[in-house]
Amino acid sequence: MLYANIVVQGLLTGAVYALMALGLSVIFGVIRIVNFAHGEMMVVGMFAAYLIFQATGIDPLFAMPAVAALLFAFGYVLQRGLINRFVGRPDYMQFLLLLGIAIMLTSANLMAFGPDARNVPLDYAFDSYEVGGLLLDKVRVLAASGSLAGAAVLWAFFRFTRTGKAIRACADNHVGAQVVGLDVRRLYAITFGIGAACVGAAGSLMLLLVDVHPYIATDYTLLAFIIVIVGGLGSLAGALLGGLLIGVTEALSGFLIAPSMKSMFSFGLLILILLLRPQGLLGGARR
Amino acid sequence: MTTLPAPAKAAAGLPLRSRIGLGLFVAAMLAAPFFVGDYVLSVLIIVLFSAYLGQAWNIMMGFAGQLSIGHALYVGLGAYASAALFVHFGLPPWIGMLVGVALATLVGSAIGALGFRFGVQGVYFALLTIAFAEFTRVLFDHFDWVGGSGGLFLPVTNRGGNDLVNLRGSPVMFYYLLLAMTLGVLALCRALLRRRIGYYWLAIREDQDAAQAAGIDVFRCKVLAVALSAGLTAVAGVLQAFYNNNLYPETTFATGRSVEIMLAPIIGGLGTLFGPVLGAFALTALGEGLTTLVGRLAESGYGLHLDGLKPFLYGLTLVLIIAMQPTGLWPWLCRLGASLSGRNRRRRAVAGTERRA
Amino acid sequence: MSTENATTQPLLVVEGISKRFRGLKAVDNVSFTVPRGGIVSLIGPNGAGKTTTFNLIAGVYAPDTGRVVLDGIDITGLRPDRACHAGIGRTFQIVKPFAALTVEENVLVGALRRHPNVEAARRESRAILERLGLAEKAAQPAQGLTLPERKRLETARALATGPKILLLDEVMAGLRPVEIDRMVTTFRDLCRETGITILLTEHVMRAVMALSDRIVVLHHGQKICEGPPEQVARDPGVLESYLGHAAAADASTGGTH
Repeated sequence: MLYANIVVQGLLTGAVYALMALGLSVIFGVIRIVNFAHGEMMVVGMFAAYLIFQATGIDPLFAMPAVAALLFAFGYVLQRGLINRFVGRPDYMQFLLLLGIAIMLTSANLMAFGPDARNVPLDYAFDSYEVGGLLLDKVRVLAASGSLAGAAVLWAFFRFTRTGKAIRACADNHVGAQVVGLDVRRLYAITFGIGAACVGAAGSLMLLLVDVHPYIATDYTLLAFIIVIVGGLGSLAGALLGGLLIGVTEALSGFLIAPSMKSMFSFGLLILILLLRPQGLLGGARR
Repeated sequence: MTTLPAPAKAAAGLPLRSRIGLGLFVAAMLAAPFFVGDYVLSVLIIVLFSAYLGQAWNIMMGFAGQLSIGHALYVGLGAYASAALFVHFGLPPWIGMLVGVALATLVGSAIGALGFRFGVQGVYFALLTIAFAEFTRVLFDHFDWVGGSGGLFLPVTNRGGNDLVNLRGSPVMFYYLLLAMTLGVLALCRALLRRRIGYYWLAIREDQDAAQAAGIDVFRCKVLAVALSAGLTAVAGVLQAFYNNNLYPETTFATGRSVEIMLAPIIGGLGTLFGPVLGAFALTALGEGLTTLVGRLAESGYGLHLDGLKPFLYGLTLVLIIAMQPTGLWPWLCRLGASLSGRNRRRRAVAGTERRA
Repeated sequence: MSTENATTQPLLVVEGISKRFRGLKAVDNVSFTVPRGGIVSLIGPNGAGKTTTFNLIAGVYAPDTGRVVLDGIDITGLRPDRACHAGIGRTFQIVKPFAALTVEENVLVGALRRHPNVEAARRESRAILERLGLAEKAAQPAQGLTLPERKRLETARALATGPKILLLDEVMAGLRPVEIDRMVTTFRDLCRETGITILLTEHVMRAVMALSDRIVVLHHGQKICEGPPEQVARDPGVLESYLGHAAAADASTGGTH
């Protein structure tokens, strides 16, 4: 029973990871930009949710749409204004550009909020649901629900809206999309905005689970990449699966071995996947 | 593939003007400890570490085209191997260095071989290198024989004299060692570029398939580049351990450190011979300048937490340089020099080659 | 083409090679030979399997069945660099110059295979550049060359490796008639002066007719004809495949040697 509890906790946390990774999968999968500022953008989302809570008392769960919108705008402007020029360029240049942006974001956070950890004191922080013998933290359940709702919205967007389909066309065939008359630059900007919105929303939810301070960003960037690669690049279901999987392995390895060693397993898994199945568990043949 | 500037054409020999400039530079560096204070000396030591590491990293990326964002792994292996052997068995660091270099070369070759064998390229390869470094970081956090997360400390003897055998001594001793190492690695790179392996690496970097069709054993050459790069990097690790006298997995193997290693060669000019050195000077100067600037601002007392200002400006500079001069500072300076002296024999397509004699 | 070739062993023997890509048989039981010192062309409509055949010989893919024998040595499935050491020099359909290197350095990379000493390799490279008319451009970066010059550079690089057989993959593609004629002369002279063997794939019939001692025709991955140019030009099966008449399945069974 204990293991079941741990696994479920892991699944719930994993759902939030999944939303974060979805953003990266969308960006990497469509624009093929290596977004090394992904974790930093999530931290911005976390701080944004924190500020909203401080100012209005609104629970981060409900602040999620606002934070998502904010990060969407940020991502759109960033892509359109700066990152777009780097789309065809070599990997290491993109990496450095995003790295520079990441450094700027983290230090901006540092300047605005200082190095201390912040969190959101919630009334229900210690409540839990009891479901069939399992003890589920209320915060985790709510965070996971918010995450799945966000993922559902994303899926619907790509499936049913014209812009969403246009973006998918871009991802599949860049040149073909241009030939057909799609404004690729604008679509890329929207895509980056969506990716940022996802990660911002994930940040808002993550605030329910952990404290925020400027330096946690790098770990989350790496985590996002691990999830996206394990799950399969460009596959939304893959990001979901990857997020859940990593959430569970983290929880289990933290419990079985030592909490400080859990990232070791994540990296070990990344190594194995990169070597043996780089397209990820659910990825297609295209790399 | 990427069109990186080809390295300074060692085969043609450096023109007289460059030779004089290089000579002056080396002379200045040799004389420096006699004229500068302790603080500047410590800064110069940082520059030399940065230049050396950057050049070692450059062998992998600039010459063979393999992006590694996990080079801190090799620094750490060299550092920990030599330090642990010294602390536990009293082995002199030069012996420990052999062990550390062997270990790093082995690990580097393994990572390279695995990656290339399974066709891991580009960003994926970079992520692979990050994964190995991070994995090792957490591993060492729990590795008590080398101090675990609490750190490994070298006994600091009194600064009586300079003990070259045990690497105990004044900063000046480390300075000259590092200077020798940096010049040595520059000479090594120049020599390699004049030989077959150098051309083979460049060919692989430009177009692997074409290189293979020309009879190049791509796998072997790439693993060689990785192994050499890793081994050279480990040497710096040994010196770092004995200069700083303490080691922590969190900082030694951190991805942040790996990134720092990359910055100098990329800013200075990837694949060029002098890029990493120039980049090291530029970045360190930038860092020190920013520290001073931020210090002045702090005195005027603004409300923001100014800890963040320095890295912010640092990041901004990075973005600006990448956006405006992506091939790096050295090629840009070369172009400036060419146009200023009016001799525009520079070929437009390639931004980074040295002028022929 | 001289009678003495008829009595010596062919340099290249391709025996029954096949390659399937995910359900599509790109090359189906193809066999032909290339005489020592001769020039053979591999032709066929798009998708006939010409480049795949090339890639099978050069080692980019390993054939599912069959053998490739070069100068008596079985080179089937050898990696491209090992195939090069065995005597295969190839060019690519879409030229692949080492862009950041100079013209001379591009050729140097090839020459280093047989001359590990850079100076010796450099001399060899200069000689080859002379022969291919690129000597004045030796110090220029390969990036700045025109298309015909790049094709010549690619050939020079392949030649520098000291091959027994030169595999030219649609080397005339994209060239103007004047440039094509020049290339034809270059290869003819090359063959005559050095006795090198050439196997080329081509769409440009002008070049094929002018250069070839023998022609091998592929269609849907199978060989449908092999012989001297005049014979192939009149072969009904060949005409069908090129003119695309929907008819006759015997196009695939006709035309053998």
